[in-house]
Amino acid sequence: MTAVKRIPKDQIAIEGLTGDAAIAHALKQCDLDVLAAYPITPQTIIVEDYQKFAANGEVHCRVIPVESEHSAMSACIGASAVGARVATASASAGLALMWEILYCAASMRMPIIFTVANRALSGPINIHNDWSDTYGARDSGFIQIYTQSCQEAYDTTIMAFKIAEDHKVLLPIMVCIDGFILSHNVERVEMLPTKAVENFLGVREPFIKLDPDNPITMGPLALTDYYFEFKEQQERAMEAVPEVFAQVETDFEKMTGRRYGMFEEYRTDDAEIIIFTHSTPGGTAKATVDVLREKGEKVGVLRLRMFRPFPTKEIVEVVKNAKAVIVFEKCRSFGAPSNPLALELRTALYDLEKRPMVVDFVIGLGGRDCPPTTIVEGYEKTKEYLKKGKAPLYETMGVRK
Amino acid sequence: MALDFAKGITEFRWHGRGGQGVITSNQMLGKAALAEGNYIQAFPEFGPERTGAPVRAFLRISKKPIQVYAQVYKPDVVVCIDPTLLDVVNPAEGLKEDGILVLNTDKSPEEMRKKFNFMGGKVVTVDASTIAMDIMGRPFYNMPTMAAAVMATGTVKIETVINEVIERYPGKVGQLNKAAMERAIEEAQTG
Repeated sequence: MTAVKRIPKDQIAIEGLTGDAAIAHALKQCDLDVLAAYPITPQTIIVEDYQKFAANGEVHCRVIPVESEHSAMSACIGASAVGARVATASASAGLALMWEILYCAASMRMPIIFTVANRALSGPINIHNDWSDTYGARDSGFIQIYTQSCQEAYDTTIMAFKIAEDHKVLLPIMVCIDGFILSHNVERVEMLPTKAVENFLGVREPFIKLDPDNPITMGPLALTDYYFEFKEQQERAMEAVPEVFAQVETDFEKMTGRRYGMFEEYRTDDAEIIIFTHSTPGGTAKATVDVLREKGEKVGVLRLRMFRPFPTKEIVEVVKNAKAVIVFEKCRSFGAPSNPLALELRTALYDLEKRPMVVDFVIGLGGRDCPPTTIVEGYEKTKEYLKKGKAPLYETMGVRK
Repeated sequence: MALDFAKGITEFRWHGRGGQGVITSNQMLGKAALAEGNYIQAFPEFGPERTGAPVRAFLRISKKPIQVYAQVYKPDVVVCIDPTLLDVVNPAEGLKEDGILVLNTDKSPEEMRKKFNFMGGKVVTVDASTIAMDIMGRPFYNMPTMAAAVMATGTVKIETVINEVIERYPGKVGQLNKAAMERAIEEAQTG
């Protein structure tokens, strides 16, 4: 790779793209060797658009229209094992059908990029957004990055290859957008010249690959003798992510001027109450905070991007002096004391002598709209809880009871 | 106190029926606004598209990046492209007091004001159905209705929108749409 340079403005194409289309265009520019996917709403446009690029000869990629998502991820692993740059896309039930193979992809250290348009899980069947699908896969060994805007989805998809393929990492990544809310929303996207993306990513250099002339076995059997050590190695790879991620973002920033971080801090400096969420509610929370600030409320937002690995220490640093942290999350962990995002945060904060109060709101399941008034309601409730000095472990908001 | 979460953002809500081009017109107006250097969000009311069923779409236009991701509840502009919907939905619902209501109907703005009890802002009516049948011979009334909306709001220049339409539908279809849009602008009534 040659040195990264700032792209001149006149080489940047501004387009109106949906989140799905933005990701498809990013994949088009990332010089994939293989894309294997099975269509499912609301990510279908990603694969549809990419298939068009392939049919038009705009990409030199083998597109494998497999018969199921289980096969999609399996084909991705096979292709990745021979050293190819590989991507897939799915959501909800499709992601659920990949389940077994997700763990194989991560443990075999395949740098596959998996774009997900987050969608609720059946039943009843629901095509709309929540985070149950990827939250369920949080322990699969994938890195997980959640994005707020179409621009961020485009940028993150490009950066993901460079992070995943780094030899210190070699892990697959889920790049997530909110189904429909972003996947079908046309926004302004600044697109980089393809040459610049190719130069930024370079060609994948596999650490080790399947080669008929030099036969090896990948992903075989490890029982009581070595299995545990494999898991240890996966964890070490996760630990290496933040450093590689930061380096990739630094290079990307040199090229574009844009940098996102493992999370975004918004007006948190003097905030007494910090809202903790991600994806599109992160945007809505920022807009809400602007209005609350005008009324003199000391409130900010910590918009998470990287859920795995969870940036524990860094998040504690940001929120430790706040009076309360309000979690808004689109997932219910049935029977659990609270829900996935709040569980992470509470664990991260537990060892502090003086901790902020954590208030957990489950919102938007199955795509129920989450307007700014939802955020305000959570904020007002939290102020009440602070007065009382006690909050429930979690509560649902916007549901008929 | 009512909080304004859309400061500096012009918000549109569209009504129509599945298959009438609500989502397409919404996206095209959005892309025209984008071409004029704005930030946009153009999205349908999320759901499986069913031909003939009432559908809605939303558009936000702003000089600055847009952070809110939710449906539009208090639009500045409401556009209804299907006259038969006017007996089914209340297009003025949630419309800002100084908002603009743009309707495809052969009725007058005064009649529509009374029907929906909307006395504020501006009401624009255009018989886009007749215009579409006259010019295109088919009920493609989304573009002429959009033209009336563009004229009424001034958020985006009509030339930019027509360019988008011609780019999307090259050849005869684009030109017919252009003609229908121009006639809609001439015939639209404001009251």
